[in-house]
Amino acid sequence: MSTNELPSRTEVEDFLYKEAALLDEWRLEEWLELLTEDAVYQIPPTDVPEGDSRNTLFIVADDAIRIRSRVKQLLSKFAWAENPHSRTRRMIANVRVLGAEGDNILVSANFAVHRMRYESVDTYIGHYDLKLVRDGKLLKIRERRVILDNEALRPHGKISFIL
Amino acid sequence: MNKVTESYIIEDQKAGLFKVNRRTFTDPACLEDERRRIFDKCWIYVGHESEVPHAGDYQSRNVAGRPLILVRGDDSKIKVLFNTCTHRGTMVCRQKSGNAKTFQCPYHAWTFNSRGDLIGVPGEDSYSDGFKREDMALVAPPQVDNYRGFIFACFDRNAQSLYNYLAGAREYLDLVADQSELGMKIVAGQQSYSARANWKLLVENSYDGYHGLPTHQRYFSFLADIGINFKDRDMSAPPIQKVADLGNGHAVLEYQSAWGRPIAHWVPPFGENTKPHFEEVRRRFDERFGPERSRRICETSRNLGIFPNLVINDIMAITVRTFFPVSPDYMEVNAWALAPIEESAEDSALRLDNFLTFLGPGGFATPDDVEMLESCQRGFANREVGWSDISRGMKRDQPALTDEMQMRAFWRRWNDLMTEPQIRRARKVA
Repeated sequence: MSTNELPSRTEVEDFLYKEAALLDEWRLEEWLELLTEDAVYQIPPTDVPEGDSRNTLFIVADDAIRIRSRVKQLLSKFAWAENPHSRTRRMIANVRVLGAEGDNILVSANFAVHRMRYESVDTYIGHYDLKLVRDGKLLKIRERRVILDNEALRPHGKISFIL
Repeated sequence: MNKVTESYIIEDQKAGLFKVNRRTFTDPACLEDERRRIFDKCWIYVGHESEVPHAGDYQSRNVAGRPLILVRGDDSKIKVLFNTCTHRGTMVCRQKSGNAKTFQCPYHAWTFNSRGDLIGVPGEDSYSDGFKREDMALVAPPQVDNYRGFIFACFDRNAQSLYNYLAGAREYLDLVADQSELGMKIVAGQQSYSARANWKLLVENSYDGYHGLPTHQRYFSFLADIGINFKDRDMSAPPIQKVADLGNGHAVLEYQSAWGRPIAHWVPPFGENTKPHFEEVRRRFDERFGPERSRRICETSRNLGIFPNLVINDIMAITVRTFFPVSPDYMEVNAWALAPIEESAEDSALRLDNFLTFLGPGGFATPDDVEMLESCQRGFANREVGWSDISRGMKRDQPALTDEMQMRAFWRRWNDLMTEPQIRRARKVA
């Protein structure tokens, strides 16, 4: 892909804002439609943010099957950590289109995700490292790597929703 | 003493009833007593020797409320040191981990070597003859020992040896340590999380066989979705199922599970192409240990609780988990993956992938456990409901996996330490 074929920052921002809205509204089936068939979703541990899930213990390292199972579980009543659902509110900022790698579009964006439950507010802070692909007119997510700046999941305790 | 008017536990053997006073989960005075009577008296897990493989390697650790340094000295011996300058208190190790020849205090530049000896004091000639460098080395806990790579410290110089303290738990640590011919290692990546709940709720939860199906139904649905069905397990030999009180408050569940195990129980989601490799691994264990012990190592899962706060769950992968109370209703949890040093890149990837199906703060099970513990803690605000019940299976000769015998083993030991009169007298004199 040449540089002039890259999506504009505005287009990527619109895409990420839409994704954030679907996640905040728990429209997870629709969120899955933003992913490629072979999408992966990863959250490295807070002490090895640059790690590789094949040799480092991650917090989440979902392949496509695992992501779809995660969504199915979250929408059932048996994912107790999210039943009732948390309220979440995502702030996406500092969106950058970094370039291309094959047909992957490399994107970075900062986030602050607030999770409200039982009248506690826990804030997850970090950035997304994304690999997007162009699917006709649409953008889709092939790799969604969530890198936390939080030094530990304290007092959050868990990442039970899609971060 | 504080206003102890009712006991912590009620055990009625005749009626088959065992009750735990919910004040043990909520009362700040009880936590203060736990710090002195349990965390200052027992052997407490610090880390694994593989985390400091080379001379000068160190890890900063918070253990029982104390900032410690786990370090391999330039003499290659592992040491645990209190991370505080003997001069005025500054923490001399400021990084989470690394390699260092020396620890230099940033405040007045006192310098200690990796064994903790004081080797540099700016302007030393200003001190009197009574000032001796050898008196000012970094201080170590009174006892530090290593059992098969697991390093523990004890803040009580009169406590029994680690070997004796571990009692029956050694057998189960051996079943884990024997999974490698070269030694086990902690894999990179620490899961650092927490729960807004009392630390003892996580002890109970970590080997609670009764909660598995209701709390983790989503996990078992996931297993079914990827083609794992417990009914398919090999029934050619009688199933192994054991719940044991291992002494000194330690306890274990041992059982054959639905899930696959990296060492070495193959299940279809691991892929047909990996099956011969699993058979080969199993053969090697048969050779090393004979068929009976090999079957135990490879096919059974173990949830091991080492009193007071170390959990080693050798299940779909091995997790080492330790946790400390910050307040009665909040604990910090650290968890790691343990694996054989010689494991191949493919085997390691499979192990970590299997780990994450169930375990950790983003897994398909641990978040729901945290949710349950936090829910218990909120429920305890109903002070009118004063007792929890852990009587399950109390009248049974052979405890079942879904009984609560292992928790009673913990609570009896906990109660003994919390009510021991000689300690109370000693404190009054002091």
